[in-house]
Amino acid sequence: MREQIEQLKLQLENELSSVSDLSELDAIRVKFLGKKGLVTDLLKGMKDLSNDERKEVGALVNELKQYAGDKITQKTEELKEAEIRKEIESMPTFDVSIPTNLTRGSYHPITLVQRECENIFKSMGFTVEDYSEVVTDYECFESVNIPKNHPARDMQDTYYLENGQLLKSQTSAAQNAILKKYGDALKNEGKPIKAIFPGRCFRNEATDACHENTFFQMEGMMVDKDISISNLIYFMKTMLSEVFKKDIKVRLRPGFFPFVEPGFELDISCLICGGEGCPSCKHSGWLELCPCGMIHPEVLREGGIDPEEYTGFAFGLGLTRLAMMRYGVKDIRDLNSGSLKALSQFTDDE
Amino acid sequence: MFISMNWIKDFVDLEGLDTLKLIHQFSLSTAEVENEIFFKGSDISGIVVAEIMSVENHPESKKLHLLKVDAGDNKLTDVVCGAPNVRVGMKTAFAKVGAQIGDITIAPRPLAGFESFGMCCSEAELGISDDNSGIMDLDLSLANGTDIKEVFAIDDIVFEVDNKSLTNRPDLWSHYGIAREFSAISGRPLKALEVEDLTQYDALPKVDIKIEDTLCQRYSCLQFENIKRSVSPVNMKIRLFYCGLRSINFLADMTNYLMLEVGQPMHAFDSRKVGKIRVKRLEGTQPFTTLDGVERNIDENTLMICNDNTPVAIAGIMGGLDSEIVDDTTTLTLESATFDAASIRKSTVRLSHRTDSSMRYEKSLDPELTTLAIARFVKLLKEYDESVTVVSSLTDEYAFHYDKVTLNFNKAYVDKYTGIEISNDTIIDTLTKLGFSATVSGDDFTVDVPSWRATKDVTMKADIIEEITRIYGYDNFDINTAKSPLFPVNMEQEKCDEERIKDMLVKRYNMHEVHSYVWNYYDELKALGIENKGVIKLLNASNPNIETIRESLIPTQLCQVKSNVGYAPDFSIFEVGRAVTGIDENNLCIENKFLATTMYSKTKDVQTLYFELKDIIETIVDELKHKSVTFEKAEPSSNFAHPINFNTVMCDGKALGFIGIAHPTVGKKIDKRAAVVFAQLDMSVIASIKNASITYDEPSKFPTMDIDLSFVTDTFLPIKKAIENANCPLIKKYEVVDIYEDENSKSISVRLTFSHPQKTLTREEVLEIAGGIIDELKESGIVLKG
Repeated sequence: MREQIEQLKLQLENELSSVSDLSELDAIRVKFLGKKGLVTDLLKGMKDLSNDERKEVGALVNELKQYAGDKITQKTEELKEAEIRKEIESMPTFDVSIPTNLTRGSYHPITLVQRECENIFKSMGFTVEDYSEVVTDYECFESVNIPKNHPARDMQDTYYLENGQLLKSQTSAAQNAILKKYGDALKNEGKPIKAIFPGRCFRNEATDACHENTFFQMEGMMVDKDISISNLIYFMKTMLSEVFKKDIKVRLRPGFFPFVEPGFELDISCLICGGEGCPSCKHSGWLELCPCGMIHPEVLREGGIDPEEYTGFAFGLGLTRLAMMRYGVKDIRDLNSGSLKALSQFTDDE
Repeated sequence: MFISMNWIKDFVDLEGLDTLKLIHQFSLSTAEVENEIFFKGSDISGIVVAEIMSVENHPESKKLHLLKVDAGDNKLTDVVCGAPNVRVGMKTAFAKVGAQIGDITIAPRPLAGFESFGMCCSEAELGISDDNSGIMDLDLSLANGTDIKEVFAIDDIVFEVDNKSLTNRPDLWSHYGIAREFSAISGRPLKALEVEDLTQYDALPKVDIKIEDTLCQRYSCLQFENIKRSVSPVNMKIRLFYCGLRSINFLADMTNYLMLEVGQPMHAFDSRKVGKIRVKRLEGTQPFTTLDGVERNIDENTLMICNDNTPVAIAGIMGGLDSEIVDDTTTLTLESATFDAASIRKSTVRLSHRTDSSMRYEKSLDPELTTLAIARFVKLLKEYDESVTVVSSLTDEYAFHYDKVTLNFNKAYVDKYTGIEISNDTIIDTLTKLGFSATVSGDDFTVDVPSWRATKDVTMKADIIEEITRIYGYDNFDINTAKSPLFPVNMEQEKCDEERIKDMLVKRYNMHEVHSYVWNYYDELKALGIENKGVIKLLNASNPNIETIRESLIPTQLCQVKSNVGYAPDFSIFEVGRAVTGIDENNLCIENKFLATTMYSKTKDVQTLYFELKDIIETIVDELKHKSVTFEKAEPSSNFAHPINFNTVMCDGKALGFIGIAHPTVGKKIDKRAAVVFAQLDMSVIASIKNASITYDEPSKFPTMDIDLSFVTDTFLPIKKAIENANCPLIKKYEVVDIYEDENSKSISVRLTFSHPQKTLTREEVLEIAGGIIDELKESGIVLKG
């Protein structure tokens, strides 16, 4: 019996050593350990043995059973591992250098710049106002202190429509309506008027790389009891530092605009040289950026607000120019071209 | 306008101050200065007075002469000179060897066979006038060898002020006005203008003047005789030249000089032609030849200076050829007048003729200037030509006086407006230097505005704030945030919707945002066969292809799609833009803000593309409003849309806009092999749709049950209605799972999903509910398949 057991053990080891897949292994398991397997056969042969021998051989058979079970389990693990290894090795290396064909939509660059400015002002408690493009002479001129025959009208070549209305030549066309819209809340609830109004403006002129008849501006204003020139400078400096993402120096010079008094031209320190002087600022160190000023008393009065009690500032920012500066767009006409070669590049906010 | 610092220094002593710094300060306090500053004379050196001792003709050249000149260095220098006006005994400007003229250094050089050791110079060669007729003919009393710069004011710093920044400042169109600013900036006093006392001529006869029109505010005159001088003094020519004017003759130069000095345009007539000066408008249109020889048509709106009824000048713009000073003129009439600014401006536009004179009048000149300018004119005239005699008394018709402007304000007003502390003393000092008469009592200020600022520029106290602060200097301001109370800020619904739609279209549907023009480009539309529709015309578009404001964004967008064919096999564009769709009862434009989108595909069939766009619209409305839309068949109102599959997009009973397919005629012109679909939605209607709030439905613990039903029908619509009519809360959703179509019939399979909150539904219960739907459909003739 003992010899049989030893032999069986050897046979098992022998067969296990040549097994190569899990199904073969399972056949071996059945062959040895199955209900009709070789080990069971051994037990059957024990009935002829004496009690003592049966005890001893029984122990040996159990040992063999245990041994065989362990060996088969171990072999199973080995085979599984080998199979995974095989799977791993069979995996090809992908060529990640093949470029992805990105399909992405795009925003108009004006939208990107406009959103950025709007977010800055929203964070400071300004409302964002929308306004029509076709306006009346009153909205565009009369209400903002540009009466008929005023020289300032010479500066603007306005598109007129056959019903006497016009395409707004400046975002200031919205000032009167905004003053009226928020005037009551200012007077009754003490809510300061803080509004920005981005919009499209139109000038009747020939277009070239630097001139467009259709462009975007963003105007802003703030009106309350004690709004001062000092506040104006603060807001302009803060806003522009946010827009250009660095600390900007600002400089005011007197400028004449009928809807403000005093009126200013605001310069910022040159973004390229920081004020040292370079070709892009014509060696002056400054860039003329936006007109601004204290809202003219007549404009406030026309908007139903008493200029004796309230003061305010207003400013205009050329969104089109800002977008061109930000992205290095050289030909202004690209912006209205609808050309996807140009516009599809503006895939997202920065 | 060019400003000579030498001229400024006639009126303010700026000795010891840095001129460039002052000019910089001027640009920060007064008006915009162009970047380039001109250092006149800096490239001129070594030019001296020299006497021509001998002149010999060049043996071979008719033009050239061989000179010997004495340049004050105790020797005679050989010079070859081509000037026509050389003569022995003449003194001229001589560039010695080593002298600098512009980029040229004078060196000995052979000229037509003779060595020349220097060069005799004309005014033009020295850059001090445009006179190149001959070499300078200098005063004989000048010592040989004297540096020319000691004789003439050649060294000067000249800067240019941007005219646009002076639009509101009539007083700054002159050196004296600019000098007043330099006085305030530097703190140095402004000198009074030296003028002739004209009362001494009061006994002389008056000039016959009558102002017959309200457009003339003041007309002042004086007459002279016996003007001997014809050529202006060199220093005067230099100043005119540096300021951009040509020297013409002494009298013309004098009027120009006065205009640049005090800002008053003046004109000299031949007295024989202006016996009876009448200022008026003429009846009808007639031709008139101005002194530049151009015949212009004068209409009844143009203010004229007339000799009785014969026009002699266009008021404020230009004199007439017939009344010009000529060689045999003996008596001159000098005009110094003020005209209505708006009238002059309109006349210049009408005549398309803008002059240095009209430019000043347009700014509303100070009428007080007229007599002052004459007094200054006479002072200078007599200085340069002693023979001159005045033959009339000062004749002055002053028809219209501006109101005197007095402004009252207090310190608190200044504090509030500036946000900083500026002392009462500083306020008074600044205003006084600028010519205001300012007094303060306690904290209350009273300010009389000087006449030169009172014509329109300074009329209210806010204007005074500008005067105080600009001289105080904005760079010196403390910067402070506002102390206003804070309130929450809400964004307008339409704005929120717009931004979210843009994000969805770009990020989810990979669309490209474009911008386009608000008008129709006639030629572009024509190329696609789209009619140029618009409800209103532009009156004055400079581009002949622009006629109307667009009524819809889609035609423009179709043009843009066409121009992008080739960009990619599939692309979609969108714009949130405006159009004018009608005229209201007040004759005002009805303007709509639209979301327009157009999809182009070479890889998908038109139905697939159409359904993509339909999905997009439904998703937008669902995401923004949690509401569903329906599509209603409609007739396109323009010829760019295919008449089939044009649908109105409805939500909450409101029409949001439309979805459609490009008309085959248009589509073929865009791309024969591509599908093009579009939609346009009205942003304000979208904004007006109330957002349905999310109603939370407790999820059932019991399984859901689906059943699929197939009906024989052409359209899903009746099935949809039947399901909705069943109004059964147990139906959680329905979806179309299959559409089968053969030659004979079309069937649509719908999957209904049921769920009960408290129990597992049995098939029988579900079929009973479905039975109601099946019965309802049967009534309208739609039966289950098979």
